Amino acid sequence: MPEQQTFKLDSKTIPFRDGDTIMDAALRAGEYIPHLCHNPEFTPHGSCRVCVVSANGRHVSACTQQAMNDMEVDNRSDAIMDKRRNLLQMLFVEGNHVCPGCEKSGACQLQAVAYYTNMLSPHYTHFFPKRSVDASHADIAIDFNRCILCELCVRASRDVDRKNIFSISGRGIKARLVINSDTGKLGDSDLTATDKAVHVCPVGAILPKHRGYDKPIGERLYDRQPVSQVGDVAAHDEDDNHG
Amino acid sequence: MDPGKITSSIQLPGPGDSTLLLQHLVRIQAEFNYIPDKAVADLSSSLGIPAAEIRGVIDFYSFLHLTPRGKYDILFSDSITDHMLGSRELITDLTEKLGVTVGEVRGDGRVSVDTTSCTGMCEQGPALLVNRLAINHLDQQRIEQIARLIEEDVDLADWPKEFFQIDDSIQRQDILLSSMASATGASPDTLTTLLSPEPDNVLDILQDAGLRGRGGAGFMTAIKWRSCRDTAAEQRYVVCNADEGEPGTFKDRVLLQRYAHQLIEGMTLCAHTINASKGYIYLRGEYLYLLEHLQAVLQERRDLGLLANNISGKAGFDFDIDIHLGAGAYICGEESALIESLEGKRGIPRKRPPFPVTHGYKNQPTVVNNVETFIAASQIILHGAEWFKGAGTEQSSGTKLLSISGDCERPGIYEYAFGTSIRQVLGDCGAHDTLAVQIAGAAGVTIPSEQFDRSIAFEDISTGGSFIIFNSDRNLLDMVQNFTHFFAHESCGFCTPCRVGSSLLKDLIDKLHAGHAGHYDINELNRITIIMRDTSFCGLGATAPNPVIQTLTNFPEIYERQVQHTDYEPAFDLDAALEEARQVTHCFGPEAHIKS
Ligand SMILES: Cc1cc2nc3c(=O)[nH]c(=O)nc-3n(C[C@H](O)[C@H](O)[C@H](O)COP(=O)(O)O)c2cc1C
Ligand code: SF4
Ligand code: SF4
Repeated sequence: MPEQQTFKLDSKTIPFRDGDTIMDAALRAGEYIPHLCHNPEFTPHGSCRVCVVSANGRHVSACTQQAMNDMEVDNRSDAIMDKRRNLLQMLFVEGNHVCPGCEKSGACQLQAVAYYTNMLSPHYTHFFPKRSVDASHADIAIDFNRCILCELCVRASRDVDRKNIFSISGRGIKARLVINSDTGKLGDSDLTATDKAVHVCPVGAILPKHRGYDKPIGERLYDRQPVSQVGDVAAHDEDDNHG
Repeated sequence: MDPGKITSSIQLPGPGDSTLLLQHLVRIQAEFNYIPDKAVADLSSSLGIPAAEIRGVIDFYSFLHLTPRGKYDILFSDSITDHMLGSRELITDLTEKLGVTVGEVRGDGRVSVDTTSCTGMCEQGPALLVNRLAINHLDQQRIEQIARLIEEDVDLADWPKEFFQIDDSIQRQDILLSSMASATGASPDTLTTLLSPEPDNVLDILQDAGLRGRGGAGFMTAIKWRSCRDTAAEQRYVVCNADEGEPGTFKDRVLLQRYAHQLIEGMTLCAHTINASKGYIYLRGEYLYLLEHLQAVLQERRDLGLLANNISGKAGFDFDIDIHLGAGAYICGEESALIESLEGKRGIPRKRPPFPVTHGYKNQPTVVNNVETFIAASQIILHGAEWFKGAGTEQSSGTKLLSISGDCERPGIYEYAFGTSIRQVLGDCGAHDTLAVQIAGAAGVTIPSEQFDRSIAFEDISTGGSFIIFNSDRNLLDMVQNFTHFFAHESCGFCTPCRVGSSLLKDLIDKLHAGHAGHYDINELNRITIIMRDTSFCGLGATAPNPVIQTLTNFPEIYERQVQHTDYEPAFDLDAALEEARQVTHCFGPEAHIKS
């Protein structure tokens, strides 16, 4: 039998299989590496950069970097946490996030990872972009103010639902999520509440209608335990996903 | 535009080839000055691509539009070298004459004026594009003529021919250019010589010659070709990177204009070596003027049996080349983004590995090389490894074409053996009182005069060839501002640090430039540059902070003198924010202002 390959994640020894990324192996071993655009059900994307680690001294995203034997991965140092905090701050100022009024508050992965990294303020100057809310669909609403361009809905709709309802338009800071329908409105697309795309949003951008704030503070997904123990919001039952 | 006419004149492809989407869009844009909704719908059904995705592609490329541009669509090249030559005054001049606002279309639809990233005419600027065709050597007189031609609605074909004259500006030749100096037209003998050695032999010679990529990264060409050839595949591709978007670079333009046959010889040599039957030249949209010429050269070679089937009489050696046009996106020079763009998509870089040599165009092994690299490869096979190694240094054999612009008497193309000092280059091109040289483009290095004895080489100052000279009358902060704007505009938007960080940097540099920044803001600059450098997905974002990092290190005084303030001054200017209220109430006196 070939010898088990391993790498070091901080002080822990993590076994891995051929083809594993650092993230794959860490998730299997129950180790938490902060992330937003990664969801093990989809091909790694590597766009949010929150899972940045230092592997043998090189900064890489854990979700895309192949694990290598004897690799030394720094996932916890202050320097790495500082980078993540800055990336999260960038995401916060890029959109319009008013957590106290947001239905997703308490069950939002962006917020939870921000807590995890000890982010105390958005720090950077807010862009205050003018973005809209699309409530044209009977069962699902989308608030573009909260979109972080993780493209999970794009991937889910394309790869699982086979509907291609979402895509990205524009370039640079003007990049934005768009809906593929004649009018550009969600209501004119064939999205349904059971689509995978509706259940992968890590933040409060895509939300089911007819409910909200139905979990009291204290019982929401990330209220009692940090994201490092609870895991992704998308991995939990629908009832938990909602503040 | 009459919608009926649009439907009839848009020639749509049969069902299938979605990789041609971008090329269709470029053509439709040229024909109608925009991409009509009808065209989006038709393309969507014939290519099987969702309409939103097609609009997403249109929205990605600067040269494509969903609403009509002016009949005469003018784009001023907006690089620092254009600024240094007075472009901004000329823009004001032209927009005033025409009564149009920058970025907008005039009410009657006749004309639109905007700016665009460096158009690669730096040695003969200020430059602009009119309906994508380059006009250089702008001055007040030319601007006046242009305004008149537009007002009189003179067809572009009837504009003075000299407007569209593009010099090839070769100022200094070394072994590469001089080896080709007498070569004109298609040469069957040359191709026969190139195709006579066994592929293995070709790889050995290139390896021995130590040829490294000329596009900037300096990867060993022989290794790239060999791994492509050694990857099992149904099809392999040869791609020439003629995107040349790096501000201050224009040597590929000159090579394409003057040595197109030699480029195609190099690509054919590559195809023969790696066993490929299809090639592409990815030509930046700014070089549209070269398209006809390149197509004629390809056709001439096909007619002579030097391209297409049984090339050079070699039974079974088939290889042909298509030209794909870019549409105004600097990121498409990055090889994996280039491949996405070749496939008709938004130019978003791919995850690497896998690299294009194993998974490139249509996921097949693909060699992507710079124009100069292909030309050097063919000349090495013709003249031998020793010939090539006779110039340059141990680690950087051969020569490099430099594109020299900025403050000097004789800007243009200079070919030097690697190892040549900056001081010598400056002397040769007639630069005086030089404050700094920006080498390798917007993401390159800013070299102060104390370091002019350093040399151009992979082991010292590595460059794709951009060389911009600043004399001591210049404010380097203007350059930093221009480059940070460039990167914010060209970030593809895929990853957080570059998408957001490049805009944060731009805003901070603007604040600093306006004299509103404090020491706090300098710390902020440092903070953002580190995040971008360490966490960006691709080379663009990782190197976009370089102009800030370089000047903070080598020219801290340009920051110090802007920071006359206390630690922190808010970017928000209350008095300026009241301007709208002043306009509405028509109160402009001192009582309508807030003193800071
Ligand atoms: C943002 C970015 C822009 C680039 N632009 C160009 C370009 O315009 N031309 C070019 O040849 N290489 C460019 N490159 C380098 C290419 O990715 C690639 O390395 C090169 O085409 C390989 O060819 P070579 O080995 O012959 O140099 C760019 C790289 C990056 C990261
Ligand atoms: S989506 Fe998350 S981060 Fe954004 S406002 Fe809602 S709770 Fe806050
Ligand atoms: S660094 Fe990120 S946002 Fe910038 S060009 Fe590369 S992939 Fe796009």
